[in-house]
Parts: sequence; structure tokens; C-alpha cells
Amino acid sequence: MAITHTADDPNQRPPVIGEAKEGGAGPRRRDFLNIAAVSFAGIGAVAVVIPLVNQMNPSADVLALAAIEVDISAIASGQAIKTIWRKQPIFIRNLTPKEIAEADAVPVSSLRDPATLAQRTKEGHKNWLITLGVCTHLGCVPLGAGEGETKGEFGGYFCPCHGSQYDTAARIRKGPAPKNLQVPDYSFKSPTVVQIG
Amino acid sequence: MSFPWAEHYEPKHALTKWIDSRLPLPRLVYNAVGAGYPVPRNLNYFWNFGVLAGVALTIQIITGIVLAMHYVAGTDQAFNSVEGIMRDVNQGWMLRYAHMNGASFFFIVVYIHIFRGLFYGSYKAPREMVWLLGVVIFLLMMATGFMGYVLPWGQMSFWGAQVITGFFSAIPVIGDPLHTWLLGGFAPDQATLNRFFSLHYLLPFVIAGVIVLHIWALHIPGSNNPTGVEVKGPQDTVPFHPYYTAKDGFGLGVFLILFAIMTFFYPNAMGHPDNYIPANPLSTPAHIVPEWYFLPFYAILKSFTVNWLWVPAKLWGVVAMFGAIALLFFLPWLDKSPIRSANYRPMYKIAFWILVVDVVILGYVGQAEPKEPNVRIGQFAAMYYFAHFLIIVPIINMFEVPKPLPNSITESVLHGEAAEAAPYGVGAGAAH
Amino acid sequence: MIVRFFAFLVGLGFVSALFVGFVMPRDKQEESAAEYVHEHMTLKPVHYSFSGPFGRYDRRQLQRGFQVYQEVCSACHSMKLVAFRDLEEIGFTKPEVKAIAKQWKVEVPSINDKTGEVSSRKALPSDYFPSPFPNETAARAANNNALPPDMSLLAKAREGGPAYIYHLVTGYATQPAGLLAKFPDAKTPDSLYYNPVFANLNIAMPPPLVADGQVTYADGTKATVDQMAQDISAYLMWAAEPKLENRHRAGTAIVIYLLIATALAFGAYRNIWRDMKH
Repeated sequence: MAITHTADDPNQRPPVIGEAKEGGAGPRRRDFLNIAAVSFAGIGAVAVVIPLVNQMNPSADVLALAAIEVDISAIASGQAIKTIWRKQPIFIRNLTPKEIAEADAVPVSSLRDPATLAQRTKEGHKNWLITLGVCTHLGCVPLGAGEGETKGEFGGYFCPCHGSQYDTAARIRKGPAPKNLQVPDYSFKSPTVVQIG
Repeated sequence: MSFPWAEHYEPKHALTKWIDSRLPLPRLVYNAVGAGYPVPRNLNYFWNFGVLAGVALTIQIITGIVLAMHYVAGTDQAFNSVEGIMRDVNQGWMLRYAHMNGASFFFIVVYIHIFRGLFYGSYKAPREMVWLLGVVIFLLMMATGFMGYVLPWGQMSFWGAQVITGFFSAIPVIGDPLHTWLLGGFAPDQATLNRFFSLHYLLPFVIAGVIVLHIWALHIPGSNNPTGVEVKGPQDTVPFHPYYTAKDGFGLGVFLILFAIMTFFYPNAMGHPDNYIPANPLSTPAHIVPEWYFLPFYAILKSFTVNWLWVPAKLWGVVAMFGAIALLFFLPWLDKSPIRSANYRPMYKIAFWILVVDVVILGYVGQAEPKEPNVRIGQFAAMYYFAHFLIIVPIINMFEVPKPLPNSITESVLHGEAAEAAPYGVGAGAAH
Repeated sequence: MIVRFFAFLVGLGFVSALFVGFVMPRDKQEESAAEYVHEHMTLKPVHYSFSGPFGRYDRRQLQRGFQVYQEVCSACHSMKLVAFRDLEEIGFTKPEVKAIAKQWKVEVPSINDKTGEVSSRKALPSDYFPSPFPNETAARAANNNALPPDMSLLAKAREGGPAYIYHLVTGYATQPAGLLAKFPDAKTPDSLYYNPVFANLNIAMPPPLVADGQVTYADGTKATVDQMAQDISAYLMWAAEPKLENRHRAGTAIVIYLLIATALAFGAYRNIWRDMKH
């Protein structure tokens, strides 16, 4: 890529880059300038992409959506409620002693996503099962939290989209979902108030 | 291409040969802005502005698409969604300010591009079609810029929409129904905002399409040059790439520096504070002005203050304002001088520079309060504007004694006339 | 030829219409009292830490300004676009922000989740500042039919920016007798206050900062009226332009990059053209 002849003769066609004259000088040292300029501009062009991509990440107002506090005093044993946190459904379920026993009876090693009920609940609140209501397969809302909804073969949740079945600890037991229903960060502010997030 | 000595695209690798025989897109690019396009060797820096205008449009389209991901076109949400972009969206402030100032820079670049064409006679045969398409682009830009300014739904947005659509109500008989049709109601409201958003998103792509035609038409005769003398042979031209890509790269750097300084340090300097007040249909701002790039035309509108020849002042103003742009369509047939470059036309050169000053004065009057002496200054300046294009330019060549033209571009270059071929020595730095 | 003849006629039409307007005698325009006052007014320049291309906000000043907003302005002026969480940017910690939100005088409108009745709750950091009045009618009713503007963007929505706000709140005065002698109609109505900085000289807002020590600053700064006016105007600039520092930082880096890139591009341009006379 060198310009190797001059155009002082008015009838001489001006030179074209890459058109090295036979036996002419090799690439000049100053040609590194062209390479440097193009490379430096390239760095800038790549940097411009960063804000254009980053703007699609959640904005500050979305990230700031606060923790919610839920009063669970009205949920009787065996009942569940749905609430919303970060625009996603949350299931809060008051397990019956029978459901707890069923969950504890399952050998952990046989599970697709091994976890005990105790690991999925808070110490001293083993009857409170709090999970995201988002099927880990493709994101549908499973049935089983609402009044009269089917709870599936394992008495927990049943996702109608593709037939995933969750047990009473919301662990995946059958169907295509790979993981148990996710447990969000939460804490008990008092025996009857839970803060999620 | 038009010049027989243009470089020919010869794919070397098997893959590029395969592509070229099926979709000769690389060949098209090579012939359009690559080594296959021979360009006069004596272009000065004013010839950078065409490429810069293309860059400005690209900046507007990219930032605009991204902003549209966050903007909500609703009368009760538009203002807050723009502020959400400024405050909460990641780097949203940067994208929004870049779009806002990018519009101004697009117009700055295009105005210089237009005046370059006027000075060097680039509108004359055989480049009339290039010029006509350019005026079409300018009109589309004005429509796009105006509708974009309405979108944040601030006070100036709302009252700008009110006033500018009001122009159409000046048309006899069909004016009022046309006005209502444009707005989709009796005042700017949800329907207006939604259609303006839709069109604001569409028109830039139409502009891009017309730019393709503009460049296509340009490539038939090839670029004009500061002497206005046609290319006579291979010695007069250099390949676009690498010569003008390198020069445009440098010009682009200067452009981006100025653009970045305004965007990052004076982002609101070319805007109006009232547009940070949400639209209020019950209260007009004390002093409403359009965006700066419309000011000369706004001044022309305001300058018609009396009913004359059975035509009401309002209609005179509106017709004159549109006429001020429409007359550009006729310019190639109004100027009959066979000489292109103003450097060889002493009288036209004077008229040209008076026009430049005149348009700046009109811009000043456009934003000034309507009291004396501003109104009279504006009327005088508007008189010159119309007289320049419709009276002076058509007859000036009857009195003018042109300076001798160089025999060719190369002769001009090699006899050190390059400096003379740029107005007031601008571009002389490039001639070494 | 036809085109040029027709153009000549059209040109003559426009020029003659303009000429008639040009020579038309004008009604004598009386100078208004406001124009007269603004012409003869000199304002003391205010210096802010954030002015200039490298300017940064002074966080302690912003916190003081926030205190003035909280204790004085927020009684009437809303700030709908600023959220409590934003206060972290001016140096408050998360727990402080939470406490400020919780103790805010006005609660956030909400709906009782048991009865469905309209009610209100304590503000959270994610909430925007609750407005002092539920709607415009209530705001006007409580303020002698004047509407206190929302303050979120005030510093960008006024010609002169934060300095204008500084001058406005310190600009109240008794109407000069000389002005009344010159413009007898310009007497300030009883419900309004004379303020030469305001566009039409008569403002509906009573003087907001009246006495030194009106606010007791948490950082111990002496709260003179001048100090409070500077602090509140700086705070309003932050509220209107919270990303100013990011902008200045990014702008500096980008301009430096572009200067280098342009210098290299110039070098490459000269390099490529070095043997070409043009």
C-alpha cells in the first residue's frame, strides 16, 4: 500500500494507492500514520456501541422498584396467595403438616434439582413456602396457588403450558422444567409480615 | 461511470468474485465512494459537507431508533418519558442530547452544503437534478425536524405545532378543514402527537432514499469543483478513495469535535428553556420562536404586515415563506450565466455574500421581538432575499464581465490558482 | 426566458408587498415598566461549582439546598420528576434516604388494599417526591389562584438558569417611587409582590427566604438569606440536570479522544496527498 510516484507532470495520471511502480521504493515509514488513524478510529467506533447496547438494560427506575412487605396473617393452613414483586408473580403458601411430611419424605438424591424443604424455607417458619410463580421451563405461571386450581400429581404446582409438575416444596418432579421454582430473597419482619426483596 | 479512465473493480479472491457475479454490491460501493469514482483534484474543504450531512443523518437515525425504545407518544406521558430517558435510562441523557444537538448540526452542515452549491454554481447544467433532489431533502429535513421538536410535548413543542399547522389555515377555502385534518382535531392533541411520531420515524428513511438518488444523479456528470470548469482528462481527477476518504476522515474529526463540545458542555444552548415546561394548552409562552434553523423563514413570514393586492397579510406571509424555499427549485433556470464558480463572476460574488449576510440578519430578526427597528430590518432583508433569487440572479449576467476561466482544473492547480478558487482564502491551506 | 419573466413578476409582487409594509407608518410603541426596569437592572454574577466544562456539584451545598427545599419550598412546590432514591447521588446514604422518605410531610396517595378506598401511605425510596397539592385546582385554591410551578426542571426552564432563581428569591423589594412616577399604571396589585427580576415585575409568590437562620443547616453553615438562595438554586440545578457530572466527565474524555483521532486523520490525509498538487 504505497504511493510511489509523483504527479508533477500535468499529463501524468495521478497515482493510485497499491499501484507500486516496478522497482520503486517499498512502503514508506510515514504510511504507519494511515494505519494508526484507521485503527484509532476503529476503537472509537467500537466504544460508541457500548451506550447503544447498555441503554437496553433496565433503567434506574426499574431497578429501584422497592422491596414489598406482605401481611400473611390471613392465609390459613393449606391456602396460598399470589402477589407481585418486580412485576413477577410470587406464591406464598401456608403448608399443612401433611404437605410438610410429604415433602420431607422424598429422598433428596432422587430429585432433579436436589434441595430439602428446610433449605427452601426459613428457620422456624417451615410451613411458609415462598417462591416465584414463574415456571423454570419457559416462564408460564403454574397453577396451584389459587382457590380451586389443580395442584398436579405431587400436590404442589402444575404448569399448564408444558405439563411441569412441582411438589409441596415447589420442587420439579415431572415434566420439562429443569429447576425448582425459585425462592426469592425474603425475611420475616414479624411472625405475620414478610419482606420480599 | 462517466469517466472512461475510472478504476475498474476487479475482485481478486474467489469469494469476492463469487459475490460480485451474484450481487455486485461491493462493485456498487467501489464505484460510488471508492477508487472507482474519479473526483476533481482541486476540491476544497467546502466539499466535505456532503459526506458530513450523511454522517449527521446516520447519527440521527441511530440515536433516534434507540430513543424510540424509551419514548412514549402520549400527551400525558411524552414529557415524562423524555425526562425518564434523561434521568433513569442508562446513558439516556447522552443519547437524547446527541439527538437534540445532532439535529442542529445536521442543519448547520446542510446549510453550508447549500451555500457551497450556490457559490460554485453546482446547481447548473448538467447537475440540475442533483440540486432538485437536494431541495427535496431539505424540505423533508424541515418536516422531520419540526415534528421531532413536537415530540417532547413541552411548551414550545405544543405551541410550535399550533403555529406551524396554523399556516395551512391561511389557504383560502380549504385552509380550515386542512388544518383540522393535519391535527386530527381542533388543537394539537393525542392524535397529532401520534401521527407526528409515526412520520418523524418514517421520514429519515425517506431522506436516506432520496440521498441515494442525489448521489446517483451526482455520479452521472461527476462532482463540480471550485473552478467550475469541467473535468477534461485523467490528470484532472483523483480516485475518491483514498484521496477524499482521507480528507473526509479529517473533516469528520473536526465535525465530531464541535458536535461533542456542544453535546457534552452546552447541550441546551441551541434549544429553548420553555421546552422544559410541560405543554399547557391554556397558556402561550410570552415569546414563541421556532428552532434556530427555521428562523430566517420565520422572519420572512413575520415580515408581511399589510394586506396588498387583494391578498391578506397572513396569506402573503405563508405563501412567501413556502415560496422562499420553493424558488430554489427554479434556480437552475433562473441563473443563465454559463459560468459556474462565483470566483469568476465578480458581480454575482458580491450578490452571493450579501445573501449570506442577509440570511443571517433574517435569522436574527426571526428570534427578535416584533418591534421597531426589528420589523423594518426584517422587511428590508426579506426584500433582498426575494430580489436576489427572482430579480438579481436572472439578470445579473447581462451586466457582468466574467474573469477569464482557466483552461482546465490541472492548469489552475499548477499555476497556483487553487487559493484564488476558494472564497476569501478558505481552503488555501489545503493547497500546498 | 418564460421562467425568468414569471419569476420577475413574482419577485416584484413579494418585494412590493414588503415595501408597502416597510414604508407603512408605525404606531408609537410605549416602553413598558418591565422593559424599563430590566434595561436598567444590573445583577451580581453568581458563581457555582458546576459551571464551566469541568464543573462538579458541591455535594454539601446540594444537601443544604435540599434542606431548604424540604423545609421551605416543598410547602407549595412539587418536584414530581425527582425520586427519593436520587438523593443518594447527592451524598445521602441508603438508610438516610429511607428515613427522609418515611418522614416526608406529605404521604404518597395509594389505595387501601382491604377496603379499596383512596388512602395514603408513607413514602419509600423508590417513590417520587409527593406533591403538596393533590391537583392543580387545589394548588390554585390554596395560593390565591396562582399555580406554584413544579420545581423538577425549573433551573433549565428559565432563561438564566439557576442564577435567575437566585436573583429572583433575593430580588424582592418595595416598589421604587420613581418607577411609579414614571409608570403610574405599574402599581403592584395588593395580592402580588414587587420583584424587579420577575418578567412582569409582579409575582404571586410571597418572599420565600425572609430571614437569616430560617433554616438551621445540618452541617453548621450559617444560613444567611444569600447562602440559602445560592444553595437552593444549586440544588434545583442538580434536580433539573442530575447527570451533569457524568456529562462533563464523558465529554472531556471524548473530546480528548477526538482531538487525537483528528490529529491522526490529518496526518493520514497529508500523507496520502503529499505528492499531489491540488
